[in-house]
Amino acid sequence: MAVLNVNPTRMELTNLKRKLVTARRGHKLLKDKRDELMRRFLDLVRENKALRIQVEQNLKEANAHMSVARSVMNDKALDVALMLSTQEMSLDISEKNVMSVMIPVFNTKFKTADENDKYSYGFAATSTDLDAAVGALSDIFPRLLRLAEVEKSCQLMAAEIEKTRRRVNALEHVMIPQYEETIKYITMKLDESERSTTTRLMKVKDMMLEQAHHYNN
Amino acid sequence: MYRIAAIGDKDSICGFAALGIHTFTEDDPQEAARKIRHMSESDYGVIFITEKLAAQIPGEIDRFREQPLPSIVLIPGVSGNTGAGMANVSKSVEQAVGSDIVG
Repeated sequence: MAVLNVNPTRMELTNLKRKLVTARRGHKLLKDKRDELMRRFLDLVRENKALRIQVEQNLKEANAHMSVARSVMNDKALDVALMLSTQEMSLDISEKNVMSVMIPVFNTKFKTADENDKYSYGFAATSTDLDAAVGALSDIFPRLLRLAEVEKSCQLMAAEIEKTRRRVNALEHVMIPQYEETIKYITMKLDESERSTTTRLMKVKDMMLEQAHHYNN
Repeated sequence: MYRIAAIGDKDSICGFAALGIHTFTEDDPQEAARKIRHMSESDYGVIFITEKLAAQIPGEIDRFREQPLPSIVLIPGVSGNTGAGMANVSKSVEQAVGSDIVG
């Protein structure tokens, strides 16, 4: 591991030691963040998969009904029946903060007071399969929205986990070893110069004694 | 206040119109991509898109993965389930964990 390019001075040493403490604390915090994110993410993904299987199955049934309706009725009549919907759906989106990931929370609003008011056509001229298709679709709609919410949350959290994991790895495998190496390098350098000062002093003392009264030990 | 949209071939999405969702019949991938981009800039919170159509514009779908809104959800169309929606979920797991560990 490369030693940082710094001057081996006491001031650098203090700075580096402080940085190392910060890096260690950051590493611990990020690791905790990653673990907690992962725990929540896995819960969410399990829900996502289960929900998707369910919704896809139901959509298949609704589509089957729709196909029958389409073949029984003529195209124009079907278009007219679905053209003007009595419902107008709008979303109220708020945000929830999960470990600093902003995940959306959906809240549906219906225009009409009664949300069962879903058939936009008279029953006289339409096939019952159309009723079944529309009924099935409106039944699964809350789950479809929940799926949208969960899936978006999963995507956002996955991106955040990836980022956090990279940071943790960078701190663990690059920054912290680098600081440790450099601190060791500076400590050794300082010790070395201290030792050389001591020997130099001893030598000078010897020389002075020698000069003063030809004393030789 | 956000709106919900569904985009895809007519047979797959016409039922959604009855629920008060804005439906856009689109078969041309280029046109669909343009529409999605346009919708993401206006106030659409959720966009349902058929797997068949989404398969033709994967780049456009991926572009919105890491944005908070809109949420783009793949749904199976009348032509059947291609498993693309599920593959998308697995992709998230792979991104986060490294491999798809959720069965």
